[in-house]
Amino acid sequence: MSNSTLPTKQRDHIEAPVLGGLGESVARPDGTLKVTGDFAYSSDLWADGMLWASTLRSPHPHARIKSINIAPALKINGVSAVLTHDDVPGSKLFGLEIVDQPVLAFDTIKYHGEAIAIVAADHPETAKRAAQAIVVEYEILEPVVDADYAISGKAPIIHVGGNITRHVPIIFGPQNLKADVVVKGEYEVGMQDQAPLGPESGLAIPADDGGIDLYLSTQWLHVDRGQLATVLGLPPEKVRLTLAGVGGAFGAREDMSMQAHIALLAMRTGKPVKIVYSREESFFGHVHRHPGKLRYEHGVTKEGKLVYVKANIVLDGGAYASSSPAVCANAACFAVGPYEVESATIDAYVAYTNNPPCGAMRGFGAVQTGFAYESQMDKIAETLGMDPIELRLKNAMVRNSLMPTGQPVDSAAPVAEILEKLRDMPLPPLTTTTDGFDVIELPGGASNVTHGEGVRRGIGYAVGIKNIGFSEGFDDYSTAKVRLQIINGEPVVEVHTAAAEVGQGLVTLKGQIARTELGVQRVVIRVSDTQVGSAGSTSASRQSYVTGGAVMTACRAVRDEVLLYAMEKLGHLHPHLLHFRANYKMINGEIRDGEDHLVSSLADLVKDRVFECTREYRHRPTTPIDPITGQGLPHAQFAFAGHRAVVDVDIETGMVKVIEMATVQDVGKALNPQAVEGQIEGGTAQGLGLAILEEILVVNGKVKNPSFTDYLIPTVLDMPPVRSIILEYADEHAPYGLRGVGEAPTISSTPAVVAAIRQATGLALTRVPVRPEHITSTI
Amino acid sequence: MRLTCTVNGKVETIDDVWPGESLLYVLRERMGLPGAKNACEQGECGSCSVHLDGILVCACLVAAGQVEGAEIKTVEGLAGATDLHPVQQAYLDAGAVQCGFCTPGLIVATVDLLEKNADPSDSEIREALAGNLCRCTGYSKILDAVRLAAVRLEGAGKH
Repeated sequence: MSNSTLPTKQRDHIEAPVLGGLGESVARPDGTLKVTGDFAYSSDLWADGMLWASTLRSPHPHARIKSINIAPALKINGVSAVLTHDDVPGSKLFGLEIVDQPVLAFDTIKYHGEAIAIVAADHPETAKRAAQAIVVEYEILEPVVDADYAISGKAPIIHVGGNITRHVPIIFGPQNLKADVVVKGEYEVGMQDQAPLGPESGLAIPADDGGIDLYLSTQWLHVDRGQLATVLGLPPEKVRLTLAGVGGAFGAREDMSMQAHIALLAMRTGKPVKIVYSREESFFGHVHRHPGKLRYEHGVTKEGKLVYVKANIVLDGGAYASSSPAVCANAACFAVGPYEVESATIDAYVAYTNNPPCGAMRGFGAVQTGFAYESQMDKIAETLGMDPIELRLKNAMVRNSLMPTGQPVDSAAPVAEILEKLRDMPLPPLTTTTDGFDVIELPGGASNVTHGEGVRRGIGYAVGIKNIGFSEGFDDYSTAKVRLQIINGEPVVEVHTAAAEVGQGLVTLKGQIARTELGVQRVVIRVSDTQVGSAGSTSASRQSYVTGGAVMTACRAVRDEVLLYAMEKLGHLHPHLLHFRANYKMINGEIRDGEDHLVSSLADLVKDRVFECTREYRHRPTTPIDPITGQGLPHAQFAFAGHRAVVDVDIETGMVKVIEMATVQDVGKALNPQAVEGQIEGGTAQGLGLAILEEILVVNGKVKNPSFTDYLIPTVLDMPPVRSIILEYADEHAPYGLRGVGEAPTISSTPAVVAAIRQATGLALTRVPVRPEHITSTI
Repeated sequence: MRLTCTVNGKVETIDDVWPGESLLYVLRERMGLPGAKNACEQGECGSCSVHLDGILVCACLVAAGQVEGAEIKTVEGLAGATDLHPVQQAYLDAGAVQCGFCTPGLIVATVDLLEKNADPSDSEIREALAGNLCRCTGYSKILDAVRLAAVRLEGAGKH
């Protein structure tokens, strides 16, 4: 442990009780702090003598740096340090999968907003002005801004090794099959932003041992630590991270943003350094969802059975790799959707360009393909004159259907049931457009742009598939330390992991698991930090599964040790303990035998002993995919969800009002039903956002709308009621049968909304987000 | 400059305020009240909603100098000594809190709504909260929370 004290407001544990076990809608232990304003996010921390940091970023997407003059910044009163790449003591590069991104730019700028220099000063405004005072001389270069062009072989090379960051081919089943009907389509997905409300922020405190303590928002403490150690030139044990309150993530915090910058400034100045990005900087400071072009060809029989799917997918990864290679694999693996097909020929590429870097966002490659394959399914249904649900039912995956990778889906795959339930849910009434209508209910709302004459109702369906957990042979594990002791006569369990709580409710679930497994009332959740082993990333919908599994395993190890101790102490009174230990349980603070007779209270048995176990948990192993054929067993678990969207579209103004979203999702086992609903409703909203609102506009490499004024996320007026049905088909491979919940709702939400707009308007609509001018055909 | 104002019923005097600072900065960084949040700092997200002389405002859009002599109420001033404000309790019970970054602003805006309109319709709730962005919940449970708070406040005869 370091010798530094916690920053003001940072907590080291959450004391509030988790009042319930698995399967109950238990309230969040951090909830009271969050509603009173006392929950300390990474932007709320404070330390004595603290300095503020600011970043200088490139105004150009592609340029050579001829010189950087920091002297004017250093002259400003209150400025303590100005650092450039020259001041990085260790590796000048970082990256999740490919180490290619400069901590601070040197030689060339590769995207608009790339960090060049950092400043520490006594006031955030001083730091900002000092950053702007730095003089950089650029030689402006032509940016490569089109992914197709970037990989055409004709474009300038952006990174040594070429502009194809990864190509994932999949060749499944017999090739070159003929089909009765061939349906082709080309689709485009815009660049979506995660837009978590909490800005990137953190506090770095230099320690007396030459190391550093960081309190910040992230999705994966240990991968940050590993990258920071190489950048700072420190052994990992001297880089200690503690999770501060995280204001949402959705993939945006999987890569480093401000981490290395505040660490470098703190080590240089010997003082605590805090940074809080503005919203504008946040848009430049994290990776986005990959925009993509997806070209599809489906061959089907007259009866509507898929014969083959051919797909060519090109994703724009932007200037640096981030998690592009894994996103590309996901796009390829999920290119067909939750359908059986005899033959698949897929080529997915992710390209380097001079656009903003793209990486993880909720849905991770499966969102882009989800829009394309579901658009294709509707187009096939229309071509065949078939009901779109009927077409999907004819091709729906079932248990043991094969993925295009050849991997069997060896647990529940209730695709048909999802579709049938969506179809059978009651529909919302038509918005009244005769006497007594309320203009608020019409597209355009309070803007009062229609009295309903051009308003058309549309209904659309979509279903999607997504993997849970890291893939392609990655050693995907989590660690939990569980301690049982008696405090004031009462058994108390403490759970400690490094898993990032980003709002999803893992902090509640850890407590529910401990209560259920160990039969105690009081569970204390330690704030996550690097003093315990890695939990892996809060992404890929994996934490309930993997960290939940680790807490379960560590709790069972503690229970086993307690029972062994009971044998030692009480075996003479309870001879069955010796041979039938498994029949004994811990419940309500007591140990009871198979006939429910009291053996001992935990308080009486444990006394002043401490039982503590640390355990790792892994999901079942996956394998890499073959680089030529794409065949393998790359995934640990699959999740399925579907949506039905009901929209009103004003064909005169192009305004869309989504009236209702209905959704059905299999969650294996709803361990906290209220939290599960929250994930489903929130994921649905982000899919709706991509369908009709959200896009980072990049023109010739420059970001045009880095603000919440110009980048529109759904408001409460945009988001309709969500009607959800939760299915619980336990996955026999997963802890408690659970299936990761977070991402599946973002896959099918987008295509369902667009399908509904198509039905209302009769337009083809091959690009998301659909904007009003696409509907009024003014462009 | 020196700034004197009343925050959550307590008179506060702060020295060395730079006139360009926002009320949000003063609350968060000079008064130790980080409940109002800094998600956009341009009045688009409502995360920094506070009451200024009884009017709901985005604290990021108010210059520090404008609050001289004013009365400010923040999310930190809502709960009683032992009990949460019914709106706070309703947000918890409805499951309307995930990451929680939007929560303080939404709670202040909901208190403002229910003070003016004890029994709002869904469309009145939506209109009143349209200036508060939430990225986690999809708003369903926020609407539930507002309805629940309205019922409880009515039951408690608070209007």
